[in-house]
Amino acid sequence: MSSAVETTYPRSAEAGHWGTEVRSDVHVAFEARDSGGVEISLESRVAPYYGTAILEQTRGVLSELGVNDARVAIHDEGALPFVIAARIEAAARRAGIALGKRSLPEQHPLPPPSQKDRLRRSRLYLPGSEPKYYINASLHGPDAVILDLEDSVHRGEKDAARILVRNTLRTVDFGSCERMVRINQLPLGLEDLAEVVGESPDLILIPKVEESEQVREVDRMIGEIKTRHGIIRPIWIMPILESALGIENAFAVATASENVAALTIGLEDYTADLGVVKTAEGRESQYARSRVVNAAHAAGVLAIDSVFSDVADMDALRRWAEASRAMGFEGMGCIHPGQIRVIHEAFQPSAVEIEKARNVVAAFEEAQNKGLAVVSLGSKMIDPPVVQRALKLVERAKAMGVTS
Amino acid sequence: MVNGKPQIPFLGVGKYQPRGRKAAPAICSNKDYPDSGDKRVADLETALRKCGLRDGMVISNHHHLRDGDKVALMALEAAARIGVKDLMWFPSASFPSQESAIHLMEKGVIHHIEGSMNGPLGDYCTQGRMRGMGVLRSHGGRYQAIQDGEVHIDVAVIAAPTADFFGNADGSHGKSACGLLGFALADSIYADRVVVVTDNLAPFPCVPWQIQGNNVDFVVEVESIGDPEKIVSGTTQITRSPDRLRIAELVAQFLRAAGIMKNGFSFQAGAGGIALAFVEYLKQMMKQDGVKARFVRGGSTKFLVELLQEGLTDYILDGQTFDLDGVRSIANDPRHVATSPFTSYNYHGKGNFASLVDAVVLGATEVDVNFNANVVTHSDGRLLHGIGGWQNCLFAGCTILALPSFRDRIPVIVDEVTTMTGPGEMIDVVVTERGIAINPRRTDLLHAVAVQGSKLPIRPIQDIKAEVEKICGKPARPRLGDRPCAVVKWVDGTVLDTVWQVS
Repeated sequence: MSSAVETTYPRSAEAGHWGTEVRSDVHVAFEARDSGGVEISLESRVAPYYGTAILEQTRGVLSELGVNDARVAIHDEGALPFVIAARIEAAARRAGIALGKRSLPEQHPLPPPSQKDRLRRSRLYLPGSEPKYYINASLHGPDAVILDLEDSVHRGEKDAARILVRNTLRTVDFGSCERMVRINQLPLGLEDLAEVVGESPDLILIPKVEESEQVREVDRMIGEIKTRHGIIRPIWIMPILESALGIENAFAVATASENVAALTIGLEDYTADLGVVKTAEGRESQYARSRVVNAAHAAGVLAIDSVFSDVADMDALRRWAEASRAMGFEGMGCIHPGQIRVIHEAFQPSAVEIEKARNVVAAFEEAQNKGLAVVSLGSKMIDPPVVQRALKLVERAKAMGVTS
Repeated sequence: MVNGKPQIPFLGVGKYQPRGRKAAPAICSNKDYPDSGDKRVADLETALRKCGLRDGMVISNHHHLRDGDKVALMALEAAARIGVKDLMWFPSASFPSQESAIHLMEKGVIHHIEGSMNGPLGDYCTQGRMRGMGVLRSHGGRYQAIQDGEVHIDVAVIAAPTADFFGNADGSHGKSACGLLGFALADSIYADRVVVVTDNLAPFPCVPWQIQGNNVDFVVEVESIGDPEKIVSGTTQITRSPDRLRIAELVAQFLRAAGIMKNGFSFQAGAGGIALAFVEYLKQMMKQDGVKARFVRGGSTKFLVELLQEGLTDYILDGQTFDLDGVRSIANDPRHVATSPFTSYNYHGKGNFASLVDAVVLGATEVDVNFNANVVTHSDGRLLHGIGGWQNCLFAGCTILALPSFRDRIPVIVDEVTTMTGPGEMIDVVVTERGIAINPRRTDLLHAVAVQGSKLPIRPIQDIKAEVEKICGKPARPRLGDRPCAVVKWVDGTVLDTVWQVS
């Protein structure tokens, strides 16, 4: 951010997208002027309904950004107000105007804070420059949404995506989904944090983590911003291990901060690092994934699997997810809403498992009531770890809604 | 008055009771037709001349070849060449490929169009450039208008994928096969003169004779009646939009939860992306529950054909065929039955099939908080769709509108529809990605899903509307002109609403 002072900016710049293929986005061409006031031109496919509202909003945003003289050309493809505001701000900043200023849309009430060990079976990736996917994302019922600033955002779009993601966190109702943000690899990721942490995301994913220090650096910065904004709710961290070195340091990474809530693996980069082919069976990453599961459990955090990239093959996804659960993972990523249900079914304990666990829990409660130290079920004695596992399984099954 | 004819305003569903006798064509006699049965003439111009086509007459065409049709323009251009003016063109529906009809209106060959208009033709009408008023009717309403004499067809020109020289015609065979010719049935019976145009002349007899040669005056052979690629699609595509898939699944889940999906039931769904996906979801549920339908109503696609082939329905009662699987099936499978607007939709029949269907899944451009729906105009007043069988289908046991709650920021649930096409008392359920609204009049459906204790997101329609307006902002109401340019008819021939010139 400090380099911004020395950078020379063009007088005019643009942000956003338009065209016949584009939906729910807007393109803003911004030209700074020395005098003459604000001049806005608008073309919109929703002009008869929202033309006046868009012009009014544009004037409001420019005024918040302290822009008094500019020519602004807007091509709107049915963008929602939080998108329009983000694109105007991005264009203005790219033109070197309004640096350090923000135009924050009206805030939607924050959902309750997220629990460290909450259910995280599925997390739906939402590309950070594709606003059309945001509004309905929670309707598909993932446990979490990830607003992604990393791989799904083009290098030249990082600045605009960050502003859009910030506005999204602020205004979009994601229902009961945990609101995650995947920042960029450090140090670029620190600029992402500066923009988004103030909007209280529930969890930050850090990509390509190899050393515990990277987690600590992010944790420190989150802490500083939280203090500055007076945020007291937790913001959890999920490091993504994506290299052989990262895997080797799995436990150190998982224990780098108390705010690490889960540990996950990125298989595209990991297999590339090893120079092997990524397959639907995943034998090539068996060791790495086992290592992640073990390190996560040792650190007392959730082990979360990678994504499954063939969105058309639901049978292969189901096999992968079932194997993943059997290994000890508690969830995985989704790159398409269609994957959510299959993943939830795969990570759901079977009726037989739930029944067994319920019996163990009942026996445990009975023993407690009778003041017995030893729990027994029929003729068998039940060890404390079995009881713990059963309690956790029943609790998870309740959270998944598969049992009451 | 519309195009010089007095009109009766909509009185309410089932309130208007017409009297009198049905219309009939002029008496004709065998002696005026060749004993050989050969009614072929050299070309369309000759046929139209022999039909006595004159200024101000009504000429009709049909949309069974959909956007691939070449015959309508061929007929209108032949009329232009013989110097006829001021025709009323009476298509069962018009398509974007028929844009050049605008040119014929500018030249004075066509006076006005009574039939669905969209795209460039729709704009021409709503810009107030057409000389007469557009009249939009449902498929059943078109049959009704012909039967009660409101529209008298002077010359009907019917495109036939297969025909013999006697005029027997079939839609399910030939290089331009489309499946069915039902939209031309009324015209073949009630028009004064009937011309069949084919690119696949078969030796007599052409079977099945979906159009009976006994009603036909002339047969014209041409190189090609249509563009096969645009007549039927090779494959119909299910929507891939997760939001639309969710809507489709909610519709299927609703039918199951409301107890409508049970052995011997029936349903109808169109060929839109949501409707096709609905059929796939319903199919899985039917298999899971061991439920079989007695019949399903087309427009048929490969998805309905699969239901038939997998024994999940006894019959397809088809109105039109949208893809190659549908065409093959109707040509070969006796359980895939051709129907027409007469059997399915007509108001002046002694009953029709539409009210026998347990559930129908339809689209709409807008629906209001009283469940009134608009299917013909965009919210800005521009003509967008024809009515098709939409109004007729509202008579089903349970009418479901499946729609996204907003499109391009524009909310679909509004205070008042731009153009009333279907009265709210006929519309039972609105399914959006944000929830299912049941018409409060349908206490039985509300009760049925409540008893099931379903997890379905059943919500008051006002709630969904408020949520969407919170996301999108409340839209301004576009200003419409005060000059009428078309009317929307109800199935009984009364005028339901007016389409105003767009400013």
